[in-house]
Amino acid sequence: MNEKNNSLLVYTLIYFGFLYIPVLFLPIFSFNDANYMSFPLAGFTTDHYEEMWSKRNLHKALWASVKVGVVASVVSTAIALLAAKAFVRYKFRGQNVSYGAIMMPFLIPEIILAVSILIIWINLGFPLGLVPVTIGHILFCTPFAMLILIARIEGFDFSLEEASRDLGENAWGTFYRVSLPLYLPGIIAALLLSFIISFDEFILAFFLSGSDATLPMYMWNQMRFVKKLPHVLALGAVIIVFTTFIVLLAFWLRNVGQGKEKKDIAIKL
Amino acid sequence: MFQAWRNLYSKSDNAKAYSLLSPALFLIILVMLIPMALMLSFSSFTQVSMMEIDFTPTVQRYIDFFEKSLLVSLLIKSVKISFIVTLITLLTAYPVCYYIAFYVKKNKMLWLVLLTLPFWTSYLLRVFSWKIILGTKGVFNSTLLGAGIISEPLTFLMYSEEAVIITLTHAWAAFALLPLYVSLEKIDFSYIEAARDLGLSKFEVFWKVTFPLSLPGVIGAILIIFIPTVGDYVTPALIGGTEGRMLSNMIQAYFGKINNIPLGAASATIMLTTVILITAIVSYTTKRLTQRLS
Repeated sequence: MNEKNNSLLVYTLIYFGFLYIPVLFLPIFSFNDANYMSFPLAGFTTDHYEEMWSKRNLHKALWASVKVGVVASVVSTAIALLAAKAFVRYKFRGQNVSYGAIMMPFLIPEIILAVSILIIWINLGFPLGLVPVTIGHILFCTPFAMLILIARIEGFDFSLEEASRDLGENAWGTFYRVSLPLYLPGIIAALLLSFIISFDEFILAFFLSGSDATLPMYMWNQMRFVKKLPHVLALGAVIIVFTTFIVLLAFWLRNVGQGKEKKDIAIKL
Repeated sequence: MFQAWRNLYSKSDNAKAYSLLSPALFLIILVMLIPMALMLSFSSFTQVSMMEIDFTPTVQRYIDFFEKSLLVSLLIKSVKISFIVTLITLLTAYPVCYYIAFYVKKNKMLWLVLLTLPFWTSYLLRVFSWKIILGTKGVFNSTLLGAGIISEPLTFLMYSEEAVIITLTHAWAAFALLPLYVSLEKIDFSYIEAARDLGLSKFEVFWKVTFPLSLPGVIGAILIIFIPTVGDYVTPALIGGTEGRMLSNMIQAYFGKINNIPLGAASATIMLTTVILITAIVSYTTKRLTQRLS
């Protein structure tokens, strides 16, 4: 289509405003020298950021979220990588059913996942804490990671793997020397995005974390107190900057060199 | 014997695929299906006291649910709110996706990344930002007060159904944007040109060609927004107050301070059944609709 459509462009820009402006209030008020979040702004301060350094519970929650996020993203990406390969590489009986089953955690209301894990966990006599949260996050991140990896592996020339096998490399060697370098951008993108999903996840942590607060749980607990709100805003602003950076990095990795790398490898072979 | 098995194995795509899939399927069975089955069986038990549960099967919890007018009204309200949110999100997101799919020529990916970027920031924080905007001393009220448009803060902004609807519409927008964009982008432009050459007006081209071809994306967006929003907990808890409460908030209370796990499990099961029913209806109607259109 060659024509322009200015009214649609204006609408699209307004929609962008609707998406972005609400989120921007967090960083704006995190520098505001007042306990209430209202206009006019009271003055510039970085006190709320400094306050974060002194909160022991915040550091504990941050560490908890990082631990959960690292384990959940590594395990779910590994599971998703194998599954993604099965879907891209083979045609098999029950393909659609298996795909639907693995995507299910993405579609079912999260509270139902949380509640059912809670019931089984307490009836097995295990204590609530970061372990059930991590297990829940693995379940929740796997479909996301699989979608990203399928998009990346699709169109991958599997004859490269076969060639490596024919040349006498074993399965592990083939994976390590041929598949892994080609999948790597996708794997890292899946790792980063799963980490972010786990890092920001609230409902599963809310039901399963017990007294071991993750970072979203920490913020939830602080939000009830007006006096503690400003440092939650500062924390929120830091988290927004951090997630934005990671997500942009993941998007870049997902797209970079797609297609081009394959050619390079083919030439080298 | 081993060699024979190995030959068979190497030939069968089924076996290879399922050995690759086994960890994922294990995960689904162990962490989702078995726990959900257990939740289902718990909905047939009875909470006797704080720590004690009577395991004799009964359907009494389901009767309890439908006898409590609060629970039934919360279920209806949850479905209603999700329905409105889905509708508004679709209507507002469609033109944006249409614009990017058909009018943007350079850097489409960049537009798309920018559209979805806010949704990777914490859900909790996105909901919280609406509390900042709509609160009694929030951005909206303080701006209007400062400008002298109102003399007292508008209290109806927060803790209402409308507040929940606005917040959810914002929070789930990306889930409409992606499927809609993908389906619009896939449309072969020669169909649209052909329709124009045949003398159809812009409006007719849209309703008879573009819109029907984008239906898969519309359906995808409906399901992907409707299902999770029915069970949303954070938004009604932070923004809804008593007016904007949804079924999830009661489910949480049954597992928390009320401590009636069987009734909580029954409520969750009813929520899940509702979601499955609506999904089935939506997919069935679209199947019929696409058949009629083609």
